[in-house]
Amino acid sequence: MNDSRHGTTVPAGMHMHHLITATGERTSDELLDEFVSDVDHVTLRGLYRDMLVIRRIDFEATALQRQGQLALWPPLLGQEAAQIGSVRALDPEDFIFPTYRENGVAYIRGANLAGIMSTWRGSANTGWDPHEFNMATPQIIIGAQTLHATGYAMGIAMEGKESLSIAYLGDGATSQGDVHESLVFAASFQAPVIFFCQNNHWAISEPVGLQSHLPLASRASGYGIPSLQVDGNDVLAVLAATRWAARRARTGGGPSFIEAVTYRMGPHTTADDPTRYRGVTELEEWAAKDPLTRLRSYLFNAGMLDAETEAAIAAEADAVAAELRDGCINLPDPEALSAFENVYVDPHPVLDRQREEYRRYLSSFEGSAS
Amino acid sequence: MSKLSLTQAINAGLRKAMEDDPKVVLLGEDIGTLGGVFRVTDGLMKDFGSHRVIDTPLAESAIIGTAVGLAYRGFRPVCEIQFDGFIYPGFDQIVSQVAKLHMRTHGQVRMPLTIRVPFGGGIGSPEHHSESPEAYFVHTSGLRVISPSSPQDAYTMLRQAIASDDPVLYFEPKRRYHTKGEVDLAAPLSAAPEMGSARVVCAGTDVTLVAYGPLVKTAMDAASAAADEGISIEVIDLRSLSPLDYPTLIESVRRTGRLVIAHEAGKTMGLGAEITATVTERCFNYLESAPVRVTGFDIPYPPSKLEKHHLPDLDRILDGVDRALGRTNSQTGMED
Repeated sequence: MNDSRHGTTVPAGMHMHHLITATGERTSDELLDEFVSDVDHVTLRGLYRDMLVIRRIDFEATALQRQGQLALWPPLLGQEAAQIGSVRALDPEDFIFPTYRENGVAYIRGANLAGIMSTWRGSANTGWDPHEFNMATPQIIIGAQTLHATGYAMGIAMEGKESLSIAYLGDGATSQGDVHESLVFAASFQAPVIFFCQNNHWAISEPVGLQSHLPLASRASGYGIPSLQVDGNDVLAVLAATRWAARRARTGGGPSFIEAVTYRMGPHTTADDPTRYRGVTELEEWAAKDPLTRLRSYLFNAGMLDAETEAAIAAEADAVAAELRDGCINLPDPEALSAFENVYVDPHPVLDRQREEYRRYLSSFEGSAS
Repeated sequence: MSKLSLTQAINAGLRKAMEDDPKVVLLGEDIGTLGGVFRVTDGLMKDFGSHRVIDTPLAESAIIGTAVGLAYRGFRPVCEIQFDGFIYPGFDQIVSQVAKLHMRTHGQVRMPLTIRVPFGGGIGSPEHHSESPEAYFVHTSGLRVISPSSPQDAYTMLRQAIASDDPVLYFEPKRRYHTKGEVDLAAPLSAAPEMGSARVVCAGTDVTLVAYGPLVKTAMDAASAAADEGISIEVIDLRSLSPLDYPTLIESVRRTGRLVIAHEAGKTMGLGAEITATVTERCFNYLESAPVRVTGFDIPYPPSKLEKHHLPDLDRILDGVDRALGRTNSQTGMED
């Protein structure tokens, strides 16, 4: 276990906004209420459906990795509310700069399931066209995408458009220089960017207490950027918080920082073994705050969901999983010479010669006895 | 034709690119109100506004990283890194993002960034102001790397860099900033030599001498001095470091049979090493002697009182030419 100097819980000191408690009771929040006043039972059921489907996608992808069909998978288990609540607050033209874990966000944006899997199977660098879905490809360099989101938002401001960009980042990323530089630039240019930080408590094996001795959201004030801390397992509160930030961005209010407090229930990736660094008790505590369970309780108690509808949603999720599995295992392996494609837009004679040499080498095997 | 200094030529190139394409924006430290520490961007903020000539906070990674975001949005950013030695905080964004995004997105996202870097020594500056980091970027696939040596090339090649849909590192030979030359500001880009092409700047028959950026002038001076001794040096200005124009190099070396390469950057794994290797592979039977590299030493850039020893000058280049020709030289008698 980790050095006790670094707490595994969120540093105290900020008000945590929430709208649905862990046991499924609807509460009121002075700031957030107005942002979800239009949310009816249809929308709520939709959010539940989204979360269930991406959890099913996550289970299927994890299984595919265990079966050797994927090289690696970064589970999103436990973070469904943070992903769904945030992406459902956005307009289609808002540009998303995700990390590698926002595969649920990519699905909601319309990315092809097999395409999402292709990156993790090792058959492609990306699974979707960023311009088609207004969503960049998964960023692996921690925090690098926050600068891209900031620059994109600077561009929006230069054009005088009412739009925004959103950078997804994790608790670990808040230690990166790029994130701090992003906050400086976003503030200086009052860029319409949302920094959406999912504090899932763990950066692989390092607890959030190692990254910060203050609530992550409170850091934003040092840059003059309004921020709030929201229960990241409360999809309604996340939706409201992201709408709060989006309204600020669209009305010339500049950048905002959201810390969505959630928990990575699974390993960092399928290559990770969290039993080496965290205890069962913590996992049990967070299981009791599960984002799906609480919304389900709320919906059932309020008469917005019944067993029949729930079964239909589950069937839909199963169909998505089947489509994912089928698409994944039928992905063709890329052609050898495709490795040389798109390194440059225009011809590069030195690289072109290497490609030609390798093409000749490969063709030297043609016709030889196998 | 206009007589311009190299800085004025770059300024004119920026101005022309900004006039031609409203998506061209400049980012950098002190480039706006001040006009840049070398005055390369002088007057541009006044004429194009602070939304297109952007004085940024002091963070190189952010200058590059926000330019990536602007490129996603359809802009064509031109970043200024104030000095060569200041580029390293931006290195990750250049190597991991700028260079790779086109391939990462299967060609769907283009990164038409131009990154201007004043480079090289010879101006008596303190540490971090005289470096030659070009090889790092040549080693990074996905980037194009160029370096002009004259005002005309500075003007034309900058416009080509900005027009390129690939990211381009544009290394400005800062000790030649005040070199003046005739520049045809009206010539269309379509009539210019390709950005990736080298140029024979002095024809010769005995030795091929390769240089780029600040050392092209030194190489030309060496060729003149050698001519007085009856030695005919062919000087090639590389202009482009990635890609290297091997057809031009190979054609020359096959005629002269001898190759000397000069650069300010250190010898180990510098451009000279790569050129030596490839030219040897492809011209082995034409070579009369082993290629010779005349370079800076493998040391951190020294205090400016010592830089005259570090930087290849006319005499060191001629000494290298003597080595290639098998004439008596400073290393004669040294055992390998």
